[in-house]
Amino acid sequence: MPSPRYWREIPARYRLEAARCRGCGKVAFPPRRACSACRGREWEKTNLSWKGKVITSTVVQVAPTEFQMEAPYAVAVLETPEGARLMAQVVDCDPSTVGPGMEVALVFRRLRKEGHGGILCYGFKAVPAVS
Amino acid sequence: MREVAIVAAGMTRFGEIWESSLRDLFAEAALEALDAARVDRVDSIYVGCMSAGQFVGQEHLGPLMADEIGLTGVAATHVESACASGGVALRSAFIEVASGMSDLVLAAGVEKMTDGADVTAVLATAADQEKEAYHGITFPGLYAMIARAHMQAKGTTEEDLAWVAVKNHRHGALNPKAQFGRELKLEDVLGSSMVADPLRLLHCSPVTDGAAAVLLCPLELAKKYTDRPVKIRASALATGSMALADRKDPAVLDAVQLSGERAYKMAGVSPADIQVAEVHDCFTIAEICCIEALGLAPPCSGRHAARSGLTALGGKIPVNTSGGLKSKGHPVGATGIAQAIEIFEQLRGEAGARQVKGARLGLAQNMGGSGASSVVHIFEGV
Repeated sequence: MPSPRYWREIPARYRLEAARCRGCGKVAFPPRRACSACRGREWEKTNLSWKGKVITSTVVQVAPTEFQMEAPYAVAVLETPEGARLMAQVVDCDPSTVGPGMEVALVFRRLRKEGHGGILCYGFKAVPAVS
Repeated sequence: MREVAIVAAGMTRFGEIWESSLRDLFAEAALEALDAARVDRVDSIYVGCMSAGQFVGQEHLGPLMADEIGLTGVAATHVESACASGGVALRSAFIEVASGMSDLVLAAGVEKMTDGADVTAVLATAADQEKEAYHGITFPGLYAMIARAHMQAKGTTEEDLAWVAVKNHRHGALNPKAQFGRELKLEDVLGSSMVADPLRLLHCSPVTDGAAAVLLCPLELAKKYTDRPVKIRASALATGSMALADRKDPAVLDAVQLSGERAYKMAGVSPADIQVAEVHDCFTIAEICCIEALGLAPPCSGRHAARSGLTALGGKIPVNTSGGLKSKGHPVGATGIAQAIEIFEQLRGEAGARQVKGARLGLAQNMGGSGASSVVHIFEGV
């Protein structure tokens, strides 16, 4: 991934920066220009809390080349308390235990290594919530 | 708008066709369609292809393919909508003929997937790169999440999914052009290796080379080319959110439902009128979601349809009589056209051992990505 493309996504991927629609209150993650609910264009910055709940999930056994060393791994659609949904790997647990309703915490992790230069790419992953 | 008909079709066999290149495949299907109608010229060509750019490093397919069949100079356009590229190419041709702009248009689809590209990575480009692929999800992984959500919401089981593969392979065994012309037992499917839980290898459509082409003209001119034209009663396209996380309910394919509603309205028919259908079973769960979204099965009982025989040959509404993507194969850009050809043959009474007796009204639904594009055509034998 060329560095400008990676750099653009840093606020969302490193800090969970999101946007709340001034029209209808929907939280968009990552931020976008037009609200998917009301088509509003006015936004205020907000940050997602570093936690969520699994909506649906899978365990990837046959992985893309860059992720082959990690397979099998769980990937889930998560919903944060702000109502935003996002996709993330769920790690630090037996992947077969990940399923709908599971409470997770989001953490900052290395996600992948790219290209011949082995550039490291970071972002968020989910881990089981400590109750 | 003018009424539009399909008057001829051509299709390669589907499979790992190492001896044929991208252009060979296209030319074989396109020339067969032109020969069937005994024409040596068309007004324009649409080439549906998901990603020759990534699969074989070739873009700009319009002029390449026109030239390959000796039609240099003709208007020719590449159409891309991921796995729905073929269906959208058909729709583009339909619109051009319906508008009165052209009288003879070739709609084709082609994909060459076995020339050594990293197929998993190429297909993943039909998902949202920043929100999904970045996190290591694959295409089977996305449909696996749809399956999990469906299981959670509607009680669908792994066996229900497996029955879709068993049924479609039973149909495909009757199709000489199918990649897998053999039947499967339930235990073969349930014992195959896991790709993305709960989807196993035999829940997934294969990697396939192939091409398909149909020729469209105004209905009033159709008898010039064939005794048995098939009228296109409706063409409808709808989109949904690219990212699964952005959809209201991951167990429901909104775009499929919307494209179906638009097509039924345009044709002035209801789901109960459809006698044969091809739907986009890229994974077994997709067939279940699609027949529910299209109203071919009640909203919560799509999971029973393959096992009960509702959607099998001889059932009330046979679905994927060609074998579907699952058994016939899924050369992504060609799939939408191949589906239309199966319905074309069914409505002309040419489907041989797969023939649905007396079928007059048929539907083809082609989907892109994890359901973000869906195109539905309704056809009538005339």
